[in-house]
Amino acid sequence: MSTLAPSRGSASGSTRGTGSLKTKISKPGERVVLIVLRLAAALTVVITIGIIVALLLPSIQFFAEVPIFEFLFGTRWAPRFADASFGVIPLVTATAWTTGIALLVAIPLGLGAAIFLSEYAHPNLRKTLKPILELLAGIPTVVFGLFALQFVQAVVFKQWLNLDTGAFSVLAAGVVMGVMIVPTIASISEDAMSAVPQSMRQGSAALGANRMQTTVKVVFPAALSGILAAIVLGISRGVGETMIVAMAAGGQAQIVTNPLDQGQTMTGFIANAALGDSRVGSIEYNTLFAVGLLLFVITLIINYISIRVVRKFREAY
Amino acid sequence: MTIHAMNSNLSVPEQPAQRILECEKVNVFYGDYRAVTDVNMAFGQNEITALIGPSGCGKSTLLRSLNRMNDLIDGARTEGLVTLHGENLYDKEVDPIAVRRRIGMVFQKPNPFPKSIYDNIAYGPRVLGMKPSSMDDLVEETLTRAALWDEVKDKLKQSAFGLSGGQQQRLCIARTIAVQPEIILMDEPCSALDPIATSRIEDLMRELREDYTIVIVTHNMQQAARVADRTAFFTALQDETTGNRTGVLVEYDKTTKIFEDPSDQRTEDYISGRFG
Amino acid sequence: MAFSNMSLGGQIQKASLKGRVRGSESSAKSITFLILLWLGLLIAFSVLLVLIVTTLLDGYTRLDARIFTNYPSANPEKAGLRPAILGSLWVIGTVAVLTIPLGVAAALHLEEFANKHNRFNRFIELNVQNLAAVPSIVYGLLALGTLTLIGVKEKNIVLGGAVALSMLVLPVIVISTREALRAVPMEIRQGSLALGATPLQTAFRQTLPSAVPGIATGSILALSRALGEAAPLLVLGALVFVRFDPNGLLSGYTTMPIQIFNWTSRPQPEFHVLAAAASIVLLAILIAMNAVAIIIRNRYQRRW
Repeated sequence: MSTLAPSRGSASGSTRGTGSLKTKISKPGERVVLIVLRLAAALTVVITIGIIVALLLPSIQFFAEVPIFEFLFGTRWAPRFADASFGVIPLVTATAWTTGIALLVAIPLGLGAAIFLSEYAHPNLRKTLKPILELLAGIPTVVFGLFALQFVQAVVFKQWLNLDTGAFSVLAAGVVMGVMIVPTIASISEDAMSAVPQSMRQGSAALGANRMQTTVKVVFPAALSGILAAIVLGISRGVGETMIVAMAAGGQAQIVTNPLDQGQTMTGFIANAALGDSRVGSIEYNTLFAVGLLLFVITLIINYISIRVVRKFREAY
Repeated sequence: MTIHAMNSNLSVPEQPAQRILECEKVNVFYGDYRAVTDVNMAFGQNEITALIGPSGCGKSTLLRSLNRMNDLIDGARTEGLVTLHGENLYDKEVDPIAVRRRIGMVFQKPNPFPKSIYDNIAYGPRVLGMKPSSMDDLVEETLTRAALWDEVKDKLKQSAFGLSGGQQQRLCIARTIAVQPEIILMDEPCSALDPIATSRIEDLMRELREDYTIVIVTHNMQQAARVADRTAFFTALQDETTGNRTGVLVEYDKTTKIFEDPSDQRTEDYISGRFG
Repeated sequence: MAFSNMSLGGQIQKASLKGRVRGSESSAKSITFLILLWLGLLIAFSVLLVLIVTTLLDGYTRLDARIFTNYPSANPEKAGLRPAILGSLWVIGTVAVLTIPLGVAAALHLEEFANKHNRFNRFIELNVQNLAAVPSIVYGLLALGTLTLIGVKEKNIVLGGAVALSMLVLPVIVISTREALRAVPMEIRQGSLALGATPLQTAFRQTLPSAVPGIATGSILALSRALGEAAPLLVLGALVFVRFDPNGLLSGYTTMPIQIFNWTSRPQPEFHVLAAAASIVLLAILIAMNAVAIIIRNRYQRRW
């Protein structure tokens, strides 16, 4: 403030402003800070553009050599063979298998756990279990991969159940991936159900509905958008998961018809191919990015569906 | 029910002697919706002015347009003139921050900062770059002025959240006067408080009136009658074509006049409890 | 309901409130439902418990000083995790320095200053949500492609890995910071603005400090995710046979998850034991980080 009013008998030296309101207040420093904040936000867009450019440039080179139709619909994936073939279908089917198995495991377990925690568990039990669940969500995927390979496949499937399977299987990778996704689905669904106002439950109970009916007919539909979002997030985590499949699903790219067979997923291929130092610009190098681009597009579509679904089902309460 | 203005200060002039803040054809919009229509009134320096009226009559909206707090609401827009010492608050070159430094605000729910009592008071002077010779003295002086010093002097470093609701609200008033505004806007400051805490705040308002101009929105007619020099009665009018309701100023006069001899039938109905 | 006991007078005798009502809490359907829910929780927790127990059983024999002090070796008896632990610390430290300030700044802009009707800002919001769902390995490809583009030959450097992981966790930090900022009540901001504080002062002196516990929780969780992540680093060819301590941003490195992956893929069972032992170390660190995050959240969670 430009003008200082005469001190009103105050020991503190007041600065009661009587100058013009047009006095400039905002310091130039503030503008700079605001611009910096804005740039930080814009950086996230730069990352997206970076992803698209980084994936597209090598992919364009790739598609100059391999027709896009052959890539998308070809049924033989053998990029390193002398008679190289770039049909991505085997990778896609393996991804579909592992993700599908994972969801079969994760959705019932995750939703069961979420409904129990939100609707049935004593608040104290919930206060104990929820953080444990979140703690488990932090287990790194390499540890899950090790578990899938060394225990689920080698011990449970081969020794205990005596299944006809090799060192790797799509099933082991899928089941363990499902377990990995459980905390995510449970935690987000539980949040969604807990957010349903108590008054809706009381209204249902007042009509004579029991807890199960209230849960299934009132709470579940009200929380549906959150639950669907949790499931979709589970799908995209399954599609994008790398370490478990790289370690336990095997490295042979084939169209998977039996879950006990091994199979290479899209992410599994990228991880394995990256290990063998490919020369920049070579077809092997470009293949990585073409598969990466496909993976990116698939997750983008899943995410788009998720946003649409959440909007459509969002119940206003 | 009749309420008599209990304000002992009978020497309120017919018109504000010094018009510190004036509204001229003030309209406030939220998007396309016009919440307040064509308000003309002047607030007198060192007076307490109460804005009363039924819910939805636009009194809080008008209050928030007096220090540009409405700017913070998405889609809110104010038309007309609001002038402080003749200077339009909504002039393009006026920074709303400069306005708020001169016209402070106390809210409905006490909203102390999640800091110590001391820091709640010191916050304003610090961010405004005031350089008091001693911050400790400023804090003490301010809290004394807000009649809170004796209650909190031994726990200045404790969280303001530990105070009672009434103490929190007086802390918020103290926080406002620490930056030495000219006008203090109060938006139903006692609605969340019990009668004893309310009466302490009313006492405080009467004391502060010597140095500050106060504009208070209240739901409580008795409160207006007890503290205000002037009272403005607002009501909501329904637009016949669109069905939208908008707030209008019905009558603005000395509090004694409003409560004892209102000129408008609607004011009388409201005061006597027949409406609202 | 039990309407069968009508009296002769044609009056309905009121059914006892204690009678079994179809659809009561103790009906067969309800109980089955509850048992199924229990099973869901039980199976989920027990599998995760088995995971931890088998890892412990497999690895504890090798969990000794060698694992912390030794370098990787072709001889499983001599092999250790030392450079991987140091590599992980270097990478995560760099990620923290890069992402926390950037993520908080971006979140502040989006939550406190951005005009929500501005198309570009809405696009940024949508974009952040999308980025959070991009598979981690794609960030590895992004880093690989970028480093190639700017002509970096040695891609397995601390900075490269840190940049890849930073891009991975940045959206997570932005989202959790926004949530923490959103939880600060409007009244705090209004109180500050009404005193004549600028929006920037309000954000930095009131809103941000109030949101620190939430930001800390979100950041620790995000960093722990980066610490456990291997896929993007694999793509960048993080060296797995590092026989030196990483000593800077341009130094070669490996990390704990990469080392575990490498040991798992060796044929000798001794290396699998080593992988399990390394997993215990990694799990202990991650669980400790997550526990700290959860404790911070629960302790400082302010009910406004």
